[in-house]
Amino acid sequence: MTGKARITLTVNGEPFEAEVEPRMLAADFLRDELGLTGTHVGCEHGVCGTCTIMMNGVSARSCLMLAVQLDGAEVQTVEGLGTIRDMHRIQEAFHEHHALQCGFCTPGFLMTVCDILESLPLRTDAEIRDALSGNICRCTGYDHIVKAVRTLVDERDGAAS
Amino acid sequence: MTDATPFTRPKYVGTPVRRLEDPRLLTGRGRYAADIQLPRMVHLAIVRSDQAHARIIGIDTDEARALPGVIGVFSAADFAHVPDIRAPSRMPNYQATSCPVLARDVVRYVGEPVVAIVAVSRYIAEDAAALIDVDYDPLDVAVAAREASDPAAPRLHEELESNTVFTRRFSAGDCAAAMDAAANTVSGQFRLTRKTSMSTEPRAYVAEHDVGKDVLTLYGSTNVPGIVRDAIGRLLELGGNRFHVVAPDVGGSFGGKGSLYPEEVIVSDLARRLERPVKYVADRMEELTSGSQAFGEEVEATLAFDDDGRFIALDADILGDVGAYSIYPWTAALEPVQVAGFMPGPYRIPHFSATVRGVCTPKPPTGPYRGVGRPMAVFALERLVDKAASRLGIPPAELRRRNLVNAEEFPHRTGSGIVWDRSGFQECLAAACSAVDLTALQAEKARRTDKWVGVGVASYAELTGIGSRISVAPGMPMNTGAETAAVRIDSTGAVSAVFALASHGQSLETTLAQIVAEELGVRPRDVAVVQGDTALAPHGTGTYASRSAVIGGGAATKAARALAVKVKRVAATLFGVDPSDVQTGNGDIFVPGTNHSIDFPELARLVYSDMSTLPQEARETLEVQETYDPVFGTTTSSTHVAVVEIDPETLHTSLRQLVVSEDCGKLINPMVVEGQVHGGVAQGIGVALLEELKFDDAGQPITATLADYLVPTSAEVPDIDVVHVETELPDNPGGFRGMGEGGTIGAPAAIANAVADAVAHLGVEVNSLPITPNKLHALIAAASRQEGQE
Ligand code: FES
Ligand code: FES
Repeated sequence: MTGKARITLTVNGEPFEAEVEPRMLAADFLRDELGLTGTHVGCEHGVCGTCTIMMNGVSARSCLMLAVQLDGAEVQTVEGLGTIRDMHRIQEAFHEHHALQCGFCTPGFLMTVCDILESLPLRTDAEIRDALSGNICRCTGYDHIVKAVRTLVDERDGAAS
Repeated sequence: MTDATPFTRPKYVGTPVRRLEDPRLLTGRGRYAADIQLPRMVHLAIVRSDQAHARIIGIDTDEARALPGVIGVFSAADFAHVPDIRAPSRMPNYQATSCPVLARDVVRYVGEPVVAIVAVSRYIAEDAAALIDVDYDPLDVAVAAREASDPAAPRLHEELESNTVFTRRFSAGDCAAAMDAAANTVSGQFRLTRKTSMSTEPRAYVAEHDVGKDVLTLYGSTNVPGIVRDAIGRLLELGGNRFHVVAPDVGGSFGGKGSLYPEEVIVSDLARRLERPVKYVADRMEELTSGSQAFGEEVEATLAFDDDGRFIALDADILGDVGAYSIYPWTAALEPVQVAGFMPGPYRIPHFSATVRGVCTPKPPTGPYRGVGRPMAVFALERLVDKAASRLGIPPAELRRRNLVNAEEFPHRTGSGIVWDRSGFQECLAAACSAVDLTALQAEKARRTDKWVGVGVASYAELTGIGSRISVAPGMPMNTGAETAAVRIDSTGAVSAVFALASHGQSLETTLAQIVAEELGVRPRDVAVVQGDTALAPHGTGTYASRSAVIGGGAATKAARALAVKVKRVAATLFGVDPSDVQTGNGDIFVPGTNHSIDFPELARLVYSDMSTLPQEARETLEVQETYDPVFGTTTSSTHVAVVEIDPETLHTSLRQLVVSEDCGKLINPMVVEGQVHGGVAQGIGVALLEELKFDDAGQPITATLADYLVPTSAEVPDIDVVHVETELPDNPGGFRGMGEGGTIGAPAAIANAVADAVAHLGVEVNSLPITPNKLHALIAAASRQEGQE
C-alpha cells in the first residue's frame, strides 16, 4: 500500500506520532503499533463491544474506526484506567463482584462503564442492563456485572446527593 | 506448659476468595494468544471453501505469490507429509473420516481451509488471499441430516460406505412390550438446531521454533493443551520434549476451543519450515463458519406411564447432524450418543430403548459444547414429562416428584447404563419450586390478558469428573480420567502448584490455590497456580467436561496433603516434637501452646540452604506429585424453574425469573460457582430463544456475523437466583462435584416448558429450539388454520 498518513494523538496521557496506512484499523493500531493489547477484538464488525475505547471522553468502537480518525484525539484505553497496584474504582468493583471470568470482554465493559457512569442516570437495574447491552459477555451471564455497576452508580449518586 | 489456645485454622475452601487472576485481566495486562508479538513474526491468512461440496479443479496462486510481502502460499500438496486428522473410535461399525489440514481434491463445507498464505502482515496476507482463484466443480449435496441419511443420498466421503458413520442401540428391559401394555403414552419430535459456543475471543495461534534448540512452541487459545500436544506431536513426529503447547490467557471456550484444529497444525508446521514465528488469528466470520458447532439433533421419543403418572418406558430415536468430519479427539459420536446416554434422566424408568445415528453433512464439524448431549436429552425428556403431566392433570412438579430417584434408591442405574450416585434429585426440585410462588403465578396467568405468562420446570442429573473407567466421549480410545498436581515449596519458601489443566475463565488460579492453601496451611495468595503449559506440567489433558474441580482439585488435595505431612515431619525434627504435634496455618508452622514457630521461607532455608541445623536425612525435598483418578464419575443434579412473559403482539418472549437449585457437593468458592451457573444459564437462554446457525439448501451459512447469529445480551438475561443444596458429599478427596456446564443443560428445557405453558391455550407446542418470535408466529398461524379447518 502506498501513501502513509501521519497522525498525532494522545493515548492514556502520552503523546504519540505515527505513520499509518490509511486502511489500518484503530484497534490494530493500538494493539499492534502501540503494543496496547488490553483493547481486544472480538468481531471486527461493531457488535461485541470488546474493542471499546474512550475517545475524547466518549466511548467508541475501535474496530469500526481507522487509525487516521484518531488524529488529534485524546484516547483512553483500559491500560490508562488503573494499574494492578492502583486499580480504578470501576476495576475494583468488578473485582469485588466477580464480574469477569475469562476477562476477554472486560476491557470493553470497563470503558463502556466509564462512559455510562458519566452520561446516564441508570436509576434502575433495567436501565443498567440497557446501557450495557452493546457489550457481549459470554461467561458471566451479566448478573455480577450489573451488580458491580449498581454499586458504582450508588456510590456516584450517594456522593452527589 | 500452659493450655494451648485452641487454634482455628483459616478456612479457604468454601469462602468467596476474590480471584487472583483478576488484577491482570482488569488492567489490560492479561496475555491472550492474539496479544503475542515476536521478532520476525509472520502472519497467516486462510482461503476457505465457498462451496459446501465440490471438487477442486485447480488453484491459481500466481498473483498472490507475486504480491510484495507475501512469503509463501501453501495448499494440500505442500502438506503431503502431514497425515490426515482421523478420530478413531472403539465403537463397532464406526466409520472414521479423514480430514486433511488443507482440503485435498474435495471440499466438504463452506469454511473449510483450502489455501494458507503467509505474509509479513495480516493485511497483506488477506490482500493475497483475495487474489487466489480456486476453481471448483460443484458436487451434489444433501444438507439436512435426514436427507443425508438416505442410502441414495450423495455421499460426502467417497471412501465411506454411507453418510451414516455410526449407529448405536441401547436397550434395558423390554421396552416394546412395556409400551404396548402401558395405560398412557405421550410422544414428540424434538429438535435443537445447530449453534456455536461463540466465546468472545476468536481462536488465535502463534507458533515459534527455537531453531538452535529445535524446540517448537505453540501458543494457542485452547482448553486442551495436553491433547493438542500429543496430537500434533504425532502428526509432525515431534516428541513432547521438542514440542510444547501453551495456553496463555484464553477468552472462553465452552467447548469451541476443545478440539484439534487444522490451523494449529498449519502454524506449527510452517513455523518450523519458515524458521519464523507464525501467527494466525481467526476473525468472527471464520469462527462462525469453521469453529466447531454444537447440537444439530432430532429426537423422536415416546414416554409410557401408568394412571398414577409412574414412568414405565422410554423409547428414543436420535439423529445427529455431525457435519463434514469427525472431530478430533472426540469423534462424531460425542454429542448424539450422549443424548441417548442421558435420555432417561434422573427418573426411574424401568424399560428403555434408543437408537442413535450420526450422519455426515456438508457443514462444519460438530464438537463439544457446554453440556454435551445433555441439553438435547433434557429438552426432549422434560417436554415429554410436561406433556404427561398435562395428560393426567397432575402439576408438572408433582409428576417429577413421583418419578425422581429417591435418596434411598442410590446408586441408581439408568436404562442407558449410567450409574447415579447419591445426589439431591428430590431436594433440588423442592428447593427450586419453593423459590417460586407457583400458586400466585397460576392466578396471574389466568388474570393477565396483556401478556401470556408461563412457568416451566426442568430437572436433570449429569455425570461430572469422569474417571478412567468411562470415556468422556463414547468409544474414544483416550484416557481423560486422571490429572496430576505437582506442589512444590522452593528454596525461598514460595509455593507453586503445577497442573496440566487449562483455565479459560473457570477461576482455577484461585480455586486450586484455595485448596492447596487450606491443605498446606498457607494463604491462597501465597500459592502460584501454574497451568496451561505442557512443558511445565505433569501428565494431563486440560479443562473440559466439568472435570477440573473434581479431578484437578482431587489431585491438588492429595498432593498438598502429602506435602503438609513432609513439612510437619521436617519441622518436628527441628522442634524435637512428634510430627502429630505440629500444625500449619496462615503461612506458619508451629506447635500450639509453645514458642515453636517458623514460617515457610525459614523452613525452606533450613531444608535447602542450611547444611548444619537439620541432619541430612531430615532435609527432605519439599515437593510432591500426586495423580487422582475418580475411576467412575460423580453425579451433579439440579432443577431449573423459568417464568416467561410473551407479548401477544410482537411474540417476544422475555424471561422474568430464573431459579436454579443445584447439588454440586462442597463448594470451593461460592462466588465462582454462582458465576458459572449464571454464565451457563445465559447460554441456555441463547439455546432456548436466540442462537441458531442457519444454512440454505446449498449448504451456504447465512448466519456469518453477530448481527445474524444472536447471543443474549444483558437486556435478555434476567437476575438468576441460585439455590445451593448440599446432600451427602461424594466420595472423592475434596467432596466436589463438577458444575461448569449445568446452567446450559437445564435452562433450555425449563424455558421451553415455560413458553409451552404460556401458549398452551392456543394449541401450540414447543418442539424445536430456539423458539424465536418468527417460529412462534408460524406455529400459532398453523394452529389457527387447523382449528379453522376442524
Ligand atoms: S470488535 Fe469491535 S465491536 Fe466487536
Ligand atoms: S468474562 Fe469472558 S466474555 Fe465476559
